[in-house]
Amino acid sequence: MDLSQNLEIATCTDPGMVRSHNEDSIAADPVNGLVVLADGMGGYNAGEVASGMATTVIVTEMRQILADHKPYDVDARTSEEIAARLLREQVLKANSSIYQAAQSQPQYAGMGTTLVVCLFYDNRLLVAHLGDSRLYVLRDGNFSQVTRDHSLLQEQIDSGIITPEQAKRAQHKNLVTKALGIDPTVEPEIHEYPTKAGDLYLLCSDGLCDMVEDEDIGMTLQALGGNLKLAAQQLVQMANDNGGRDNVSVILVRVLREYPGRRGVMGKVFGWLK
Amino acid sequence: MAKLILSMDGLVLKEIPLTKERTTIGRKPHNDIQIDNLAVSGEHAVIVTILNDSFLEDLGSTNGTVVNGNPIKKHFLQNNDVIELGKYKLKFIGEATPAATGDKADFEKTMVLRPAQVRAATEQAKAAAAASANPANPGGGAQAAVAQRAAAVQQAAASAAAAGIADKEAPKSTPAPAPAAAAAPAPASAAAAPRPGGQPLGAIQLLSGANAGKELELTKPLTTLGKPGVQVAVLTRRPQGYFITHVEGSNRPTVNGQAIGAAPHSLKDHDVIELAGVKMEFFLKA
Repeated sequence: MDLSQNLEIATCTDPGMVRSHNEDSIAADPVNGLVVLADGMGGYNAGEVASGMATTVIVTEMRQILADHKPYDVDARTSEEIAARLLREQVLKANSSIYQAAQSQPQYAGMGTTLVVCLFYDNRLLVAHLGDSRLYVLRDGNFSQVTRDHSLLQEQIDSGIITPEQAKRAQHKNLVTKALGIDPTVEPEIHEYPTKAGDLYLLCSDGLCDMVEDEDIGMTLQALGGNLKLAAQQLVQMANDNGGRDNVSVILVRVLREYPGRRGVMGKVFGWLK
Repeated sequence: MAKLILSMDGLVLKEIPLTKERTTIGRKPHNDIQIDNLAVSGEHAVIVTILNDSFLEDLGSTNGTVVNGNPIKKHFLQNNDVIELGKYKLKFIGEATPAATGDKADFEKTMVLRPAQVRAATEQAKAAAAASANPANPGGGAQAAVAQRAAAVQQAAASAAAAGIADKEAPKSTPAPAPAAAAAPAPASAAAAPRPGGQPLGAIQLLSGANAGKELELTKPLTTLGKPGVQVAVLTRRPQGYFITHVEGSNRPTVNGQAIGAAPHSLKDHDVIELAGVKMEFFLKA
């Protein structure tokens, strides 16, 4: 099923005002309803290599698989939908590609990347993430964060050591506790959410949410939601106007209309029987 | 960046920046620093550099490696340490502190806190908590667990800082892992984003239409104008001043009679904007 008529996608990425390299990497496959954002880390150009590998591996592998399968197909053996398993497997594949490159090439040693991936299908959204790249949603005028960072700061907030207010000014902003390509294996956090027509999803690297208040991001999306390309550029510009200390990447996905996975009576019957 | 200065008999031969994670020293030509002298072993020693820290390790050389007059196997190099290999001397010049060079870029770099480090810190914290467990407070189990977790995270932060993987801008006097409740508010190192506050406030006054004469102050970072579905433009407040950008609609807004392009258009004092059939004047408030 081609989702390019159901989803509107706009992307923007920028090195920011301080860095010379852009270690962020973004990719979008509107037909398959797949968007990927990765924020690489590592010396010299290793960060770009890691994030580039993550987006390329996930998009190409998923595209290949989705050519033959529907995400809502049911696995005969486990009687579960295959989407989550597929996504997880591709994330792991990207993980081992990066890990092996880092092991075999000394200049890539220690490289890794954060990741946030969204797969839209059957009026639903599957999100997998690692590290501090985020997914937000603007629904019915409410702007909220969907993913929870895998970062030291988030752990500190969770355990009550610091308040979210203090976190904004904290020192260890840059320490993530999970990332792609650092260890031989990794467990991405995967969740499924129902989507509604009109929803606006924002995937971003920490270069945006560290520089621009959530409130201002939400206001921008609300004001400029009619022009996604402009909204994406505006967000990047706001991060840069506020100092642009890190690479900034933004992917916006608007759900234009519903995209049910099963069509027709038979499909619905199968849906009920499940 | 840290560097080594190679000298013999007080004569400086060359300067070697420590750019690589491993810099090898030896007599054989494949070494990063080749010293062609029989007192130097084929693979004599290696300097491992991690972020700001450099470690010197003797690779089982015949004549050994001497730092500041003391033979060493492994040594954490400090600024101005002198490494002696036979007649040759290598002086280690450490990296200038980031505060001095203003190198803030690295501070923002995202880094991974390895699970092993978190685990180690958690274990430590658990041990500490167990040791200090207060038998007089048997009811506080759950509370203790929370405190334990909190302490673990705090520990992880401290150990991260100690391990040098934390930001370089962090004050060196990181407070010792204090009880969770006493965690001091973090210093405002990542200064709050500069708000476009220094510039004069802009406003628009409607010149035509039903609300002619009405004034609107542009205090927000962005203000949308127009009718959704017909024509919408956005006024953005930036450090450089105010800009107008076309958002939606087949017609673009005009500024002083000229239709604006796709790019943001800079607004000057007393510019006249026409949008969705309404004229308005932009002006700066003194």
